[in-house]
Amino acid sequence: MACNCIEPQGPPDDLLMKYQYISDFFIALAYFSIPLELIYFVKKSAVFPYRWVLVQFGAFIVLCGATHLINLWTFTPHTRTVASVMTTAKVLTALVSCVTALMLVHIIPDLLSVKTRELFLKNKAAELDREMGLIRTQEETGRHVRMLTHEIRSTLDRHTILRTTLVELGRTLSLEECALWMPTRTGLELQLSYTLRQQNPVVYTVPIHHPVINQVFSTNHAINISPNCPVARLRPAGKYLPGEVVAVRVPLLHLSNFHINDWPELSTKRYALMVLMLPSDSARQWHIHELELVEAVADQVAVALSHAAILEESMRARNLLMEQNVALDLARREAETAIHARNDFLAVMNHEMRTPMHAIIALSSLLQETELTPEQRLMVETILKSSNLLATLINDVLDLSRLEDGSLQLDLGTFNLYAVFKEVLKLIKPIASVKKLHVSLSLAPDLPEYAIGDEKRLMQTILNVVGNAVKFSKEGSIAITAFVAKPETLRDSRAPEFLPVPSDNHFYLRVQVKDSGCGVSPQDIPNLFTKFAQNQSTATRNSGGSGLGLAICKRFVSLMEGHIWIESEGLGKGCTAIFIVKLGIPERMNEYKLPCMLKMPINHGHTAFPGLKVLVMDENGVSRTVTKELLMHLGCDVTTVGSSDECLRSVSHKHKVVFMDICVPGTDSHRITDRIHEKFAKCNERPLIVALTGNTDKLTKENCMRIGMDGLILKPVSLDKMRSVLSDLLEHRVLFEGI
Amino acid sequence: MDLFQLQRRLVDYRASLYHEDFLDEQFSQLQDLQDENNPDFVVEVVTLFFEDSERLLNELAKALEQPIIDFKRVDAHVHQFKGSSSSIGAQRVQKACIAFRNYCEEQNVEGCLKCLQQLRHEYSLVKTKLESMFQLEQQILSAGGSIPM
Repeated sequence: MACNCIEPQGPPDDLLMKYQYISDFFIALAYFSIPLELIYFVKKSAVFPYRWVLVQFGAFIVLCGATHLINLWTFTPHTRTVASVMTTAKVLTALVSCVTALMLVHIIPDLLSVKTRELFLKNKAAELDREMGLIRTQEETGRHVRMLTHEIRSTLDRHTILRTTLVELGRTLSLEECALWMPTRTGLELQLSYTLRQQNPVVYTVPIHHPVINQVFSTNHAINISPNCPVARLRPAGKYLPGEVVAVRVPLLHLSNFHINDWPELSTKRYALMVLMLPSDSARQWHIHELELVEAVADQVAVALSHAAILEESMRARNLLMEQNVALDLARREAETAIHARNDFLAVMNHEMRTPMHAIIALSSLLQETELTPEQRLMVETILKSSNLLATLINDVLDLSRLEDGSLQLDLGTFNLYAVFKEVLKLIKPIASVKKLHVSLSLAPDLPEYAIGDEKRLMQTILNVVGNAVKFSKEGSIAITAFVAKPETLRDSRAPEFLPVPSDNHFYLRVQVKDSGCGVSPQDIPNLFTKFAQNQSTATRNSGGSGLGLAICKRFVSLMEGHIWIESEGLGKGCTAIFIVKLGIPERMNEYKLPCMLKMPINHGHTAFPGLKVLVMDENGVSRTVTKELLMHLGCDVTTVGSSDECLRSVSHKHKVVFMDICVPGTDSHRITDRIHEKFAKCNERPLIVALTGNTDKLTKENCMRIGMDGLILKPVSLDKMRSVLSDLLEHRVLFEGI
Repeated sequence: MDLFQLQRRLVDYRASLYHEDFLDEQFSQLQDLQDENNPDFVVEVVTLFFEDSERLLNELAKALEQPIIDFKRVDAHVHQFKGSSSSIGAQRVQKACIAFRNYCEEQNVEGCLKCLQQLRHEYSLVKTKLESMFQLEQQILSAGGSIPM
């Protein structure tokens, strides 16, 4: 079969054939071993997503290998079976390779992208690593700060705080130098207070208004400053390059910044300056985290310092209070001891002084009763007078001291206010008439008749005041007025601390005693109520008295929740003594009277008042007769007169009561009363003057009281009434029937 | 009339006087004052009253007849009259006096004259009554009895 091929088919070359044979063999080997390797490695690895691809690829390679293997038999003439197997193999191989080729189109981009992802993940991992590093650094910084804070806060001593701060900072940040500049007292300079390395810092100040310093103070961040700045020049200039310097402000909070209601004012903050230097020639730089650490520390230091300051302050205050407490306690005990001692002394002296006084007075008065020559009598009288004076003085002093330590209490009781005034008047009239002074008493109509209070002491007060008026007046008149003080008038500008409180159960009695005597000069007025201080003018020297009178009055008046003062326009212009006291208002008149009535025996007998001499004056014959009969029925010895002149002629000291019918209201009875008062002014036995009237109005009663009558009875009078009235009258010496 | 009846009559009469306001309790007070020491006290006082009243009424009439009436004087008299009548317990007379005084204050001549009339009237009434009462008492006493209280 010669063909027209270009190259004639030569006889098979044996060498070539041999090489082909070998190559095919190795190819097949390789082709068979690759899948095996693949399978082996895939089995080894846990994850391989492309198994199907692998199978395909394996199949492809196996078939290719098979093809090449079968090729080995085709070099020699081969049978048809081999040819068909070869063909099948080839067909299959073709199929699989095409499919694989198609698959690869999809797979290869995937595989490539896997690579990309791998790269991405690597980058991410690197980044995370970096961040981790940062966090670790921060955490470390935080740890340092906490540790530093702990160190700082573990002490409340200011110096230790600051020292610890510097030490720890220096350690943490490996600083070369760390210094603290504190503001001076004047606030104009910064003084180097603490350093880390230099143990004995030289006193070194820098003015506070340096631009760098201002810059640092204006922000709460740590700021890099130049090493040539005055605050940073702490070390002698070495041959090395100085390290970087950072400065931060430390707020100093003072107690005075914390007002009660506001937060500390930011404008008046004072700062200290902390300067930190890195080691020179280390080429280290300040990192952000280090700066943050410094700022955090600075804040903590501020807080710690303020706590320390507060604690110092409170400790100091507490110590002071304790000292004061101890001192007060001591003083109190001393005072108590003194009071006890004085009370003991007074108690003893009271008895010791009074006993001899008593003896002197008693024996002198006894002596007076015996036969004495005129000179002897004079001497005895003088002795008596002096010892009486001394007794009064002793009483005054003892009273005053009892008043002073508050052990005196008022004896409260219901008493007749009008009677008190009358009594005072009665007592003072003799002395006043000797000095030819006219004494007048005027009681206000609305003044209650009965009051609750300490009768004895009130009388003592009034007597003292009136007595003073009489004592210091050489001529003229004394006017005593008493009325109920109205709340508006109670507040006296002279007595700002006197705050009366009017109430329903009490009223304020105001008594004014005006005299036309020698007066008091304005500068002496405050001293009037001081113990033992007496006006040393010659006129008063001789009047005796210890000067305690007014002081005692003042005490009594204060006990009665009142106030006493003296007004005078000056020397020679007379003076007015005024006092206000608080008295209670008794419940009801009837209740007061009732016990008295019950006390009295129900006496239907005729002679309830045997032989009581009375005078009845009545212009009306009929009522005169009736009244006379009434009184006679009660056993009285009755004289009747029909006119005022007759009355004045007939009245004598033997008459105990004068009943006057005041049919004509006003003048006549006033005149008669006055005359009777005058007639009996000298002796103590003035008859009681009682008005009989049918007038039931208050005005009549007021008038009677004012003109000096002792009683008033309403007509018509029954026998029982007359009896009870007379007995009341004689017992109390005053009776104004309740209207 | 026997004693008992007389006494009864007296008691009734007295009661009527009180009831009709001719007398008030002041009169009974006067009676209380009468005892064995002073047996005729009431009669004495009442007689005194009559005399006084006659005098006062005359004075009043004279005073009110004047061309220019002195009211003060009139008032004074009336006041006296009032006092006496109240001492006796002649209530009506006393009331008339009070009314009279009011007119006097007003200086009302008409009123005063009217009141004087009234006063006269009341006075004569009470006088009659009291005289009758005393007669009764006398009768009882002469019959040998005692005057009931």
